[in-house]
Amino acid sequence: MSEIKQKAEKARDKKALLGADVNLKDFARPKESWDYDSEFQKFDNKERDQLLRVGVELTDVEHAATFMQADASVVHCQVNMPGIEVLPVAEAINRYDWVADHLWRLVPVDTDKYTAQAELELDNGFFIRVQPGVQMTLPVETCLYMRTHGLAQHIHNLIVVEPGASLHVITGCTVHPVVSTGLHIGVSEFYVRAGGRLTSTMIHNWAKDVHVRPRTAVLVEEAGRFISNYILLKPVGSVQTYPTVTLQGKGAVARINSILVAHPGSELDIGGKVILDAPQTRAEIISRSVTVGGVCVSRGHLIGMVPEVKAHLECRGLILSENGVIYAVPELEGRTAGVEMSHEAAVGRIAAEEIEYLMARGMDEDQAVAAIVRGFLKVKIEGLPPGLEEEIDQTIRETGHGL
Amino acid sequence: MLEIEDLWVDVEEKEVLKGVKLQIPQGETHILFGKNGSGKSTLLMTIMGFARYRVKQGRIAFSGRDITHLPVYERARLGLGLAFQRPPVIRGVTMRDLLRECSAAGISSEQFVQQYNFSEFLDRDVNYGFSGGELKRSELLQLLVQDPLLVLLDEPESGVDLESLQLVGEIIGRLLQKECRCEKRQKSGFIISHTGFILDYIHADRGYVLSDGQIRCFGHPLELLSDIKNMGYEECIQCQR
Repeated sequence: MSEIKQKAEKARDKKALLGADVNLKDFARPKESWDYDSEFQKFDNKERDQLLRVGVELTDVEHAATFMQADASVVHCQVNMPGIEVLPVAEAINRYDWVADHLWRLVPVDTDKYTAQAELELDNGFFIRVQPGVQMTLPVETCLYMRTHGLAQHIHNLIVVEPGASLHVITGCTVHPVVSTGLHIGVSEFYVRAGGRLTSTMIHNWAKDVHVRPRTAVLVEEAGRFISNYILLKPVGSVQTYPTVTLQGKGAVARINSILVAHPGSELDIGGKVILDAPQTRAEIISRSVTVGGVCVSRGHLIGMVPEVKAHLECRGLILSENGVIYAVPELEGRTAGVEMSHEAAVGRIAAEEIEYLMARGMDEDQAVAAIVRGFLKVKIEGLPPGLEEEIDQTIRETGHGL
Repeated sequence: MLEIEDLWVDVEEKEVLKGVKLQIPQGETHILFGKNGSGKSTLLMTIMGFARYRVKQGRIAFSGRDITHLPVYERARLGLGLAFQRPPVIRGVTMRDLLRECSAAGISSEQFVQQYNFSEFLDRDVNYGFSGGELKRSELLQLLVQDPLLVLLDEPESGVDLESLQLVGEIIGRLLQKECRCEKRQKSGFIISHTGFILDYIHADRGYVLSDGQIRCFGHPLELLSDIKNMGYEECIQCQR
């Protein structure tokens, strides 16, 4: 048994440090596979609508590449532009020796029982590599889809953006309309080489008893840039995620944006950590959370390891229900002189004077609250396709109006 | 256009207005003077209908309709418009969003934005980081697109430099249709002024002195202002006109 497998075995029952504990035995493992679907013909209208809500358009048009996994089966994987390679990760492991060396290097396999499961019973995941100097002008669309009720889905993703290359990956994660319970474990390891640029936009739309445990780590080399946009606006059982970005090369940049709505019954524990480990690195963590009855723990941790680094953390939360809880945990850790780090955290209701101000302009109370919530959640995300931007705006509008 | 009868108002259990009575006919602009804490802003906020200002007694009528207990937005939709003295910041909502939302039918903000040099503020959050003069311009621009029949202004000259004051006066003149002959004006104004500077730029028909929650004096606004400047509020109140 390999060393990694042994470590995973040992961590099989290891609880995560953060978030509610999920009993893995409550979920079945995929037994059947779904057929490959090169033309996206095997989706009914309800599924199409559901997928569209996370920006998955079921088309290869306007995408540099498209990858879709339903439960354990890769049902679509298509590359449309030169300079990029997209494969199911299991196939990439077989094809390239070096791929295995890049797995479990950034996320320790024995982090907890979820990472252990992803190693011991891997379903699949995507592998994306952009060749040196190649600028992907169109985004890559990936979709991790849970099509069967009550399943656990185990994913491991790997992205390598080679020196001077750029990539925007838009990942939509959702469930079939009949699925109300499930477990999604998603390990992601991203490497941004010198001067590379990676933007990862992830839109989650689960169901009220689906539990989600992403485990993400990113390594950014000299003058590289990593941007993460995470959007969760719909009900979910629980999500616990804490991506860790290490800025290893001089002048590297990271920005982590989260837009979250905690619905009744949802437990969100979402954060981000950036380790600024080289001079002139910069980082920004911005979180906007709204609770309409759920619990939202919003974490952020900046660690300045060397002088001449600059970082800012902003956690802002709106409580729109008596039963809602927002717990903001901003952490700044300077390990040397010469770091410049700051944070801003604010949690509260919408100020009555803001609502009345808009009412004095002719909006009724619901319209005024909706406008404020929309504005609060509106973090500009660069590079989104217009259709997806409109879809997110529409969801935010609906969220605002449904309060 | 506006009729206030025997208006008594509490703010957080404290009696602030004590029997205010006044009328503002269509086309006229009236000015409200008074010391700090006399109840001027309370009167304007009560006319607009903010929840913090509780009407204990009396009546407010607008264009013949009793609006004493109407919610704020209904008053706004009927044609009341207020420029705040200290408007709140609303993060995330841009000026562009707000102008679009509050524009009256058939009115585009574009012409006003160009004319009053406001383009650079359109993508900024409402009132965020605005200087005193910018806040006033923003408030007045909102009123221009809202196109109210009764314009309520809470100290439009406060925090504005002399150069900008001329522009503020110009916009107020436009809001109140001062370019029209008196009998043709449909818009009325009710303006709180501490300094009276605004009277250099717009003609007003009547002034009041509010003291301890009561109208204690009224007359031509320039004469009142002159009396206040020469003799102070106390003398003015003593005359009990």
